[in-house]
Amino acid sequence: MTPTDMSRPADISTRQPDSAPHRARDDADRRGFDWYVDKAVQLIVFVGGISAIIFIFGIFIFVTREGVGFLFEGFDLVEFFTSPRWMPTSSSNPTYGAAALILGTASVTGLAMIVAVPFSLGAAVYIGEFATGRSRETLKVLVELLAAIPSVVWGFIGLSIMNSLIVRIFDVPVGLNVLNAGIILGLMAAPIMTTIAEDALRAVPDTYREAAEAMGATRWQVVWRVVLPASKNGLMAAVLLGVGRGFGETMAVLMATGHSINIPDSIFDSVRALTATIAAELGETAVGSEHYRALFTLGIFLFIITFLINLTADLVVRGTGDR
Amino acid sequence: MFEATELNFRDNRVEWAVKALFLLMTLLLILPVLLILGVLLYRGGPVLSWEFLFTQPTNGMTAGGVLPALVGTIWLVVVALLASVPIGVAAAIYLSEYAPQNALTRAINLAIINLAGVPSIVHALFGVGAFVYFFRFGTSILAASLTLAIMTLPVVIVSTLESLRAVPHAFREACWNMGATRWQTIWRVVLPNSISGILTGVILEVSRTAGETAPIMFTGAAMFMPLLPRSVFDQTMALSLHLYTISMNVPDVPEALPYGVALVLIGLILSMNAISIGFRTVLRSRRKW
Amino acid sequence: MTAIDTGQHQRSADEGLAGDVKIDVRNLSIGYAGKSALRNVSLEIREHEIFGIIGPANSGKTSFLRALNRMDEFTESMTVDGAIRFNGRDVREWRNAYALRRRIGVVFPLPVGLPMSIYDNVALAPRLSGIRKKQQLDDIVERCLSRAALWDEVRDRLGSLGSLLSGGQQQRLTIARALSQDPELLLLDEFSIAVDPVTTMRIEDVLKELRREITIVLVTNLVQQARRLASRTAFFLMGECVEVNDTEAMFTGTVKDPRTREYVEGRFG
Repeated sequence: MTPTDMSRPADISTRQPDSAPHRARDDADRRGFDWYVDKAVQLIVFVGGISAIIFIFGIFIFVTREGVGFLFEGFDLVEFFTSPRWMPTSSSNPTYGAAALILGTASVTGLAMIVAVPFSLGAAVYIGEFATGRSRETLKVLVELLAAIPSVVWGFIGLSIMNSLIVRIFDVPVGLNVLNAGIILGLMAAPIMTTIAEDALRAVPDTYREAAEAMGATRWQVVWRVVLPASKNGLMAAVLLGVGRGFGETMAVLMATGHSINIPDSIFDSVRALTATIAAELGETAVGSEHYRALFTLGIFLFIITFLINLTADLVVRGTGDR
Repeated sequence: MFEATELNFRDNRVEWAVKALFLLMTLLLILPVLLILGVLLYRGGPVLSWEFLFTQPTNGMTAGGVLPALVGTIWLVVVALLASVPIGVAAAIYLSEYAPQNALTRAINLAIINLAGVPSIVHALFGVGAFVYFFRFGTSILAASLTLAIMTLPVVIVSTLESLRAVPHAFREACWNMGATRWQTIWRVVLPNSISGILTGVILEVSRTAGETAPIMFTGAAMFMPLLPRSVFDQTMALSLHLYTISMNVPDVPEALPYGVALVLIGLILSMNAISIGFRTVLRSRRKW
Repeated sequence: MTAIDTGQHQRSADEGLAGDVKIDVRNLSIGYAGKSALRNVSLEIREHEIFGIIGPANSGKTSFLRALNRMDEFTESMTVDGAIRFNGRDVREWRNAYALRRRIGVVFPLPVGLPMSIYDNVALAPRLSGIRKKQQLDDIVERCLSRAALWDEVRDRLGSLGSLLSGGQQQRLTIARALSQDPELLLLDEFSIAVDPVTTMRIEDVLKELRREITIVLVTNLVQQARRLASRTAFFLMGECVEVNDTEAMFTGTVKDPRTREYVEGRFG
């Protein structure tokens, strides 16, 4: 076997010193198949990468496209924000006041946060700072389980179980109200808030904890004086994202609020949410009608509000900059 | 000396009380769910049978089974997966392996966060405006699944990204130093070591789309449709919408029936979840480096 | 001139081997996100020599190696100025940088066993360059593992994971992988950190032999290792190339810069 019989990598042990400098390799400028494959893949994944941007713009454009006619014709900004009269199907004089819907959404989301914020943050602190090993893993799986229950099932629970519970306990005629939807929504928003809050706690470097513990602080003192202050922005973002989640929730509030237009006086009043209005009415409108476009206008409003909430959450997190 | 022990004693009591309080809060968060699952099982359990799963609803949806809804939900989820996984994985590969630190990358990340926060009903409006009317897919499985796919895209990207980033950077460098292109490195080293994590994450997240209702209500799901879908251009029933319909819109439904439907829906989601969580546990115990 | 070791004779005997300029570096400066890591380095590395680079931590040695095979393309903040000629041609002019990297084998201080079988680890580079025949791959794997003094330990378990070997074994696997590329140039960056002394000696012997075939750049924090192996050595200090000299001259006092003497005598670093 002479060296020339063997292809390139095989000659490493047989190569003679004098042959080495003269190896002919002409691949310096030849961009082979692999080079082009790499470029092609780079292009493909780049398109995938910017797809999120495309879709966000797409959503805004398509929702606006359907609603824009209404914005320029029937839309009355003052009426939209101040009038509680959402009467799109009135044959003589349809009105599009979203004030009651906005208040409905706000009251339910507000109550949900009162329920969910302390419990989620508490759970995050327990799971992140106190629980260890197996119990910690179990709790995390259970929180994931909580997130796995679909909103229509939550709505059904509000409609059936919670409804009769509220009627029985508080002796009110109807159990589908702010209280019902608020509790349901609170339980729905809790897992996402717990998960994000726990991530925020975990982002605090262990060296902080060790330093405080070295000074004789108890676990709780460490959490209260070191961990919570250091992670407060992340916790705030968790709360904001929970608010966004509650604000945008549809099926559960559609089923558990009672779905009647009302400016609530108490937590036992039925209300109607922005999202639920779209879900309930879109199927009954003629495509392109004023009502149809008014519903898309509600959609634009929802999109902008949640966009702002998410943007704020992102800015709050980015604002810390102490990674 | 005495004072110090006194203080420690108080600290210990506070510590104990605080810990108990937080544990209580955690349990209060979790207990209702377990209770609810219990009630669903108790009330819906008697309805469940093979017949319930494999027959059509009859008598104006007040009797019979859930077959078309079950099959429809599976269609919707699978088609949504087929659309969202390639795009999501490509996006994650771009972000993890290619993206430079610039304004565009920041914009992409921001878009992902915001896409995840768009209310499901707004996704539905988008689906109606874009897929049903603009692209003329009509109300069909295709339109509904694409709507679901865009909705789940952020979670697919984020969970894939996590798996890709778990592969140490040193492996990539070693590969590059051997003259591998970025793609050869991804294909031979990064993906083989993250694919199982990607799949479990994707299944875990996407199983939840089975429960989505609002995005499919106007894009492809029908309230009643006894025929099974034959192609992606057909409309279909879905478990989630079926539950909504029989609990809100259909009169004289026997009380146990919606519990049964809810149980089937949750069972479907949780079994997918359980499989992927179990798979994940096995993977984590199998150390490769 | 009392310092005499066995290596010196061999080096003198091989002196005739060192031939053309393999790497020609002119005014090389490297920075990371504006922070300078290496300033204005010019030196030549000849074919068939073992070229040593010594110097304390953070003196720019590793950055130098990374610039040679254009790894700056994978490190966003890294900027490289100046010219690096490989076989007389600026590496920047290579339209196919992957072909350049295929000719340059690299061994880093921390061993990296890829999470695939030992066999696949060594067969990866040949496969990347298109070799598919089983017999040919088998030959390469056996030869490279033998060269890296690992074959005897792993010949019965080539299918087990390379990433689960011990640190020293992984380092030898890394060397085997670098050899599997059939490189013209081998860059070694403090390879002995993760290896026990006996194995280090075995690898050093391999390097001395490889020198007949390829050019080796050896970055080391062990000055005695440079003395044992390198025919010429550069001393890097805080991003500067203080001097390039015949290794023996550096250790026997005829230094060009007093800082070099202080370093090799162990007064700092």
